[in-house]
Amino acid sequence: MIAFVLRRLLQAVVVMLVVALIAFLMFKFVGDPVAQMVGQETTIAEREALRERLGLNDPIIAQFARYVADVAQADFGLSFRTSQPVDTMLAERLPATLELAIVAALYALVVGIPMGVYTGLYPNTALSRLFQAISLAGISLPTFFVGILLILLFGVVLGWLPTFGRGETVQVGWWSTGLLTVSGLKSLILPAFTLGMFQLTLIMRLVRSEMLEVLRTDYIKFARARGLTNRSVHFGHALKNTLVPVITITGLQLGSIIAFAIITEAVFQWPGMGLLFLQAIQFVDIPVMSTYLILISFFFVVINLIVDLLYYAVDPRLRIDRTAISSAAG
Amino acid sequence: MTDLAEQTAAPQRASALQRFFDGDIWYSFTRSRVTMVAAAITALFFVAALFAPLVAPTNPYDLAALNLLDAFTAPAWTEGGSAKHLLGTDEQGRDMLSAIIFGARVSLTVGFASILFSMVLGITLGLIAGYTGGLVDAFIMRVADVQLSFPAILIALLVDGVVRGVLPPSMHNDMAIWVLIFSIGISNWVQFARTVRGSCMVERNKEYVQAARIIGIHPGLIMLRHVLPNVMGPVLVIATIGLAIAVLLEATLSFLGVGMPPTRPSLGTLVNSGQNFLASGEWWIAVFPGLALALLVLSVNLLGDWLRDALNPKLR
Repeated sequence: MIAFVLRRLLQAVVVMLVVALIAFLMFKFVGDPVAQMVGQETTIAEREALRERLGLNDPIIAQFARYVADVAQADFGLSFRTSQPVDTMLAERLPATLELAIVAALYALVVGIPMGVYTGLYPNTALSRLFQAISLAGISLPTFFVGILLILLFGVVLGWLPTFGRGETVQVGWWSTGLLTVSGLKSLILPAFTLGMFQLTLIMRLVRSEMLEVLRTDYIKFARARGLTNRSVHFGHALKNTLVPVITITGLQLGSIIAFAIITEAVFQWPGMGLLFLQAIQFVDIPVMSTYLILISFFFVVINLIVDLLYYAVDPRLRIDRTAISSAAG
Repeated sequence: MTDLAEQTAAPQRASALQRFFDGDIWYSFTRSRVTMVAAAITALFFVAALFAPLVAPTNPYDLAALNLLDAFTAPAWTEGGSAKHLLGTDEQGRDMLSAIIFGARVSLTVGFASILFSMVLGITLGLIAGYTGGLVDAFIMRVADVQLSFPAILIALLVDGVVRGVLPPSMHNDMAIWVLIFSIGISNWVQFARTVRGSCMVERNKEYVQAARIIGIHPGLIMLRHVLPNVMGPVLVIATIGLAIAVLLEATLSFLGVGMPPTRPSLGTLVNSGQNFLASGEWWIAVFPGLALALLVLSVNLLGDWLRDALNPKLR
């Protein structure tokens, strides 16, 4: 167990170092920080002095080590575009993105699992066919187009919901939340629905195919033979065993939800990190781009790690196999 | 069994075309109505894109043909529409149908070029990894694993951003199509590499490869002439589904404003410019390009699904 955790941790550290290297190389080779910082009339000698002072003439390994040390202390430098510290810029935007991503993920789970269970249990009813058609649309329709159709229907034609921004927010410590005001909640509905749509179809298809598979197994037949109620067979026996892959996939998808939030945030002008990243790309604002890269990789690595450990904890077969192998080998 | 019977029943020296129509891929194609519709729609898009200047009612790039008085004409069947512009016009009086046909041309060009790029890159790396094995294999596959744990859209956005940073701003619009092809291509090679590597490791130990090696054929030539043709089936399936993914990625990047410029719009750019007119009621400018895009992606996806099942002998 400890060896497994340590090995996964080591892998995670290596991935983060590679990402940091990419971010560092972006700094190093895209744009010139000195040219960004000085005015037109600065002499070459002054530029050279600044270069020396910033440590840009040091060996590249030393520069990279210093960069990693800075990043580890959450010092990401100043934005080229706004000259603000990048870490505060991102920290301001973080709550908006996380709230959107978590609400979207919850919505996908809460709606997707029952839809999957239903289509798995009754594959041939009209409602199942409808769900299947919705899932096909969810996979084929581009996210941004779903968002635009929703804006058109609920924002323009019906006029029920706001179509851009976060509404009113309330400050809870440093965290600004939109979940406590009516306008904040109303603003959240369309973006969360758009963002969760793809994950919902994914979860629904997954639960459906797992259910179909599990329902064919012998222990379900035995459970029925023992005269258990349908409810107990479906939920106590079948659904329980489909949940392991669902947990894994949902966990892993949480990372991509945060990444896909870039598109949703652009459609709904949601003031989150994704929108910031997009502006950074348009203005070639390397510090913001690389910091976003590091932050989102960090999310991915941590989520992957947690899912791996969860998997290990949830599925006893993995544990027995490994201990058996290691004790046999040792 | 059925295909054996069919083959023996067929005339002895059937042409390649006739063998194709007698074969079971064509048979499974004719059995699935959804697939036939999807193929028809895909073919329609391809033809329209290929012959855009001949098919489109007007040339949307021709500034002289634009008339600002035509701006914001509604689709022909609605109030305020005119028969001249079936799907209406945009804010500059551009005919939407023509803009969509030319946009599909740009979208498909980028899609094909970038999938070709991913294919060449992925097949090359996959062959090298699978054939040589050892440290090279471990390195290539580690890179692939790390890249696969990030969504393609993120990688494409990042590569796009970095390439834009390297290029001078004045070249952004002219180079946009190449930047897109590069960034989408580089974000999709992993699937090809993994599949090719897997098949290559199986083929490597077969007798025909060993025989080729014994008579002293260069490893590069063995990979190209002997191994590659045997791994092309799965590659074709990935390429078809990959085309849908590439078209979608291109549309997303263009929609986000970091893809094709408005002067040479793809379907995604058209949706992006149309988005501004949603609130004022000119819905058709964004909706029709979006619908065209969704239809194209859905059809190609369905074709890819069918091809996967048809080429998979286990499912027969």
